[in-house]
Amino acid sequence: MALEIGELSASAAKTRGIDWLGLAVGIAILVVAPFLIYPVFLIKLLCMALFACAFNLMIGGGGLLSFGHAAFFGGGAYIAAETAKNFGFPFEFALLAGVASATFLGFLFGVIAIRRQGLFFAMITLALAQAVYFLALRLPFTHSEDGIQAVPRGWLFGVVDLKDNFAMYYVTAAIFLAGYLLVARVWKSPFGQVLRAIKDNQPRMISLGYPVDRYKLMNFVLSAALSGLAGSLKAMGLGLATLTDVDFTTSIAVVLMVLLGGMGTLLGPVVGAIISVSMDDYLAGIGIPVPVVIGVIFVVIILVFRRGIVGEVVHYWRKWQARKPATRA
Amino acid sequence: MSATALFGQLLLGLINGSFYAMLSLGLAIIFGLLAIVNAAQGAFYMLGAFIAWMLFQYLGIGYWASFVLAPLAVAIIGMILERTLIRRVYNLDHLYGLLLTLGLFQIIQGMFVHWYGTSGQPYDYPDILTGGHNLGFMFLPTYRAWVVVASLIFCFGTWYAIEKTRLGAYLRAATENPTLVRAFGINVPMLVTLAFGGGVALAGLAGVLAAPIYQVNPLMGGNILTTVFAVVVVGGFGSILGAIVTGLALGVLEGFSKVFYPEASNMVIFAVMIVVLMIKPAGLFGRER
Amino acid sequence: MLEIAGLHGFYGESHVLHGVDLSVRAGEVVTIVGRNGAGKTTTLRAVMGILQKRSGSIRVMGTETIKLPPERVARLGVGYVPEERGIFASLNVTENLMLPPTLAPGGMTTEEIYRLFPNLKDRAKSQGSKLTGGEQQMLAIARVLRTGAKFLLLDEPTEGLAPVIVQQIGRVLETIKERNLTVLLVEQNFRFAARVSDRHYVMESGKIIDAIGRSEIAGKMERLEEYLGV
Ligand SMILES: Nc1ncnc2c1ncn2[C@@H]1O[C@H](COP(=O)(O)OP(=O)(O)O)[C@@H](O)[C@H]1O
Ligand SMILES: [Mg+2]
Repeated sequence: MALEIGELSASAAKTRGIDWLGLAVGIAILVVAPFLIYPVFLIKLLCMALFACAFNLMIGGGGLLSFGHAAFFGGGAYIAAETAKNFGFPFEFALLAGVASATFLGFLFGVIAIRRQGLFFAMITLALAQAVYFLALRLPFTHSEDGIQAVPRGWLFGVVDLKDNFAMYYVTAAIFLAGYLLVARVWKSPFGQVLRAIKDNQPRMISLGYPVDRYKLMNFVLSAALSGLAGSLKAMGLGLATLTDVDFTTSIAVVLMVLLGGMGTLLGPVVGAIISVSMDDYLAGIGIPVPVVIGVIFVVIILVFRRGIVGEVVHYWRKWQARKPATRA
Repeated sequence: MSATALFGQLLLGLINGSFYAMLSLGLAIIFGLLAIVNAAQGAFYMLGAFIAWMLFQYLGIGYWASFVLAPLAVAIIGMILERTLIRRVYNLDHLYGLLLTLGLFQIIQGMFVHWYGTSGQPYDYPDILTGGHNLGFMFLPTYRAWVVVASLIFCFGTWYAIEKTRLGAYLRAATENPTLVRAFGINVPMLVTLAFGGGVALAGLAGVLAAPIYQVNPLMGGNILTTVFAVVVVGGFGSILGAIVTGLALGVLEGFSKVFYPEASNMVIFAVMIVVLMIKPAGLFGRER
Repeated sequence: MLEIAGLHGFYGESHVLHGVDLSVRAGEVVTIVGRNGAGKTTTLRAVMGILQKRSGSIRVMGTETIKLPPERVARLGVGYVPEERGIFASLNVTENLMLPPTLAPGGMTTEEIYRLFPNLKDRAKSQGSKLTGGEQQMLAIARVLRTGAKFLLLDEPTEGLAPVIVQQIGRVLETIKERNLTVLLVEQNFRFAARVSDRHYVMESGKIIDAIGRSEIAGKMERLEEYLGV
């Protein structure tokens, strides 16, 4: 029995091209949001949402569950912070440096782990991420427990001063939107279709002559790169990169967001990120231990609604749609 | 570098290795029967230590009674979780089992962090195991010697029970073909519950053994879990003896690297894992599946 | 010993057994014959409780078992020899032999078993994965004879085996009969079945379509061959 991964392909095939209405609503929300909610909180939220989309790309596309994505997120964050603060990189180059390092790390992880699937893939990525965590603990530039703090945001292309929270927010929102649309695009592409076919029936795709491992590796590296982008953006936006970013708890947090929202659905990771980041914030305020709540949510999702929120909604919507003509007749 | 330091680190490596061995042995038993990688294994290790500590702290119950009671309590908690929650995911993708036990891990660890913080509680050696012997080339603390002996006895005892006894034959047969074993009149669902209890009890026992050496800390389970996963990837899930040997060997190797290059000691097991994956992706004792 | 009435069986959504009725009296050897895919194996799996999606009535020694799990059915004194033999590769011959727990007194002793299956004794320490097809079949039968089961379900014990071994299995079945055990045998090898069976059921598309007594066999040989498509 397979993971219950939302059938993105079906909806993608129906709505040829882009869902313009959905996009317009999304952009409107992004534009209005900072007037209602503290922009720095939104920056953090969008970074986590982008991270979740990146993670979702891999599990939704390749069916591979990684327990080590914090390595890419945190690795990107450290490099972006370091290059911006101590090398004097401008904003966009710091981001690029972060993405490049996460891409490289993703390639290394992928080459090592991609040969195994399922449980072993998860365990291997977890162990590799732990190795990265120990590196971050030991290397001098990461300043162990303190992390890299007070990272200057700098100027976008030398013209927009990002010290302003609104400016930083809109830049983040634009990058998030681009990342989100990229995931959607990848999924609709022939590349995405091959990935789904591999997920459904790997032996068949091997016998058809597809270089299955290379496809999975490419997808994994792309997911790592986007995770790195999310991490770099977070480091720039919040001005710090710490051990938490590469920690196991961050790897789990992203699994939770995607599981909660719905694996393999486009919007799921965003919904999951919104709920989970707001919940973290809220729980921290009233002193309920966050990990316990996270654990309980894990258990409940797996026992009660494995499709996740968006996945379940889509599922029942489709069922209802399928029943409608029958009741009319 | 002094020989005393070298042998001291090797002994500690051997002790850590025997903990790795016990935890991964438990994982292998559970995986064989349930096809689940139990991510809560680290939490059960922590629970073993914490229950021993709590028995002493709140009830004045000493080490030797805890040595029996704590693993037993861990086994019972494990069996209840298996019966009520884990059982429900057997027919799903194996990853759900990993995610579910990961959730349980979070809950258990989170509660203890909430109650006891992350600073760690001291737990005393039992009286008759204090002190030590000077062996000439090193000082051998009695308690550490006991831990090595005890965990080796339990590791090989488990191996013997699985390979040489009737119950072990049921277990191996049920790992291969549970339905047929049921058709012979054996209550396999019960066997599965017992195996889960036994598998987590091994972790609990390691926790009790570890309590006087390391402090009793809610985070101790998370720290050992990733290492044990790496050990499992290196050894593969194919063989009981393989799990024991891999755990011990990697523990000793880690001890060695602490002597010669302490900065890398945390990394050495992961490095071995990477090398093994490149050469033999199924693990040293694993079967490709 | 066994009464099946209106048995329906399913693999997931696919309906395989469509109302099977048959009965086996104590001490009888009864055969189910039928083409590949007729549902013979599925019937045995339903009796054992291995096939869980089933409805109707199955009474074993007077006990209704349609809701019982396999281990409870076995405990009534039922021994099962599956079509694929089910020898455990990770267990050696002795462990395989000793695996099924005793269900009732009166099972064969190890000596009796080794007398009946001399080659198993020679291979006592061999791993299950190392046995030939014939040895596997011998072991699969031997292992249920030890348990004291009074009612045996044998699924195509001669399938794919050399004539010498088929003869040997024939002798084993005669011994089983002498010990007054009850047997429900699934067999495609009709010559073999005719030699040891008291009665025959013919199965097609998940239903029993004919029943033939021992005395009628000679006369109905042609019809049977038609059923089996030989
Ligand atoms: N595990 C299974 N899943 C789905 N269908 C099955 C399964 N096993 C058997 N079948 C189908 O059930 C029918 C009866 O099979 P079976 O009882 O094995 O026949 P027989 O033993 O008479 O050759 C066949 O059509 C077969 O394809
Ligand atoms: Mg058959």
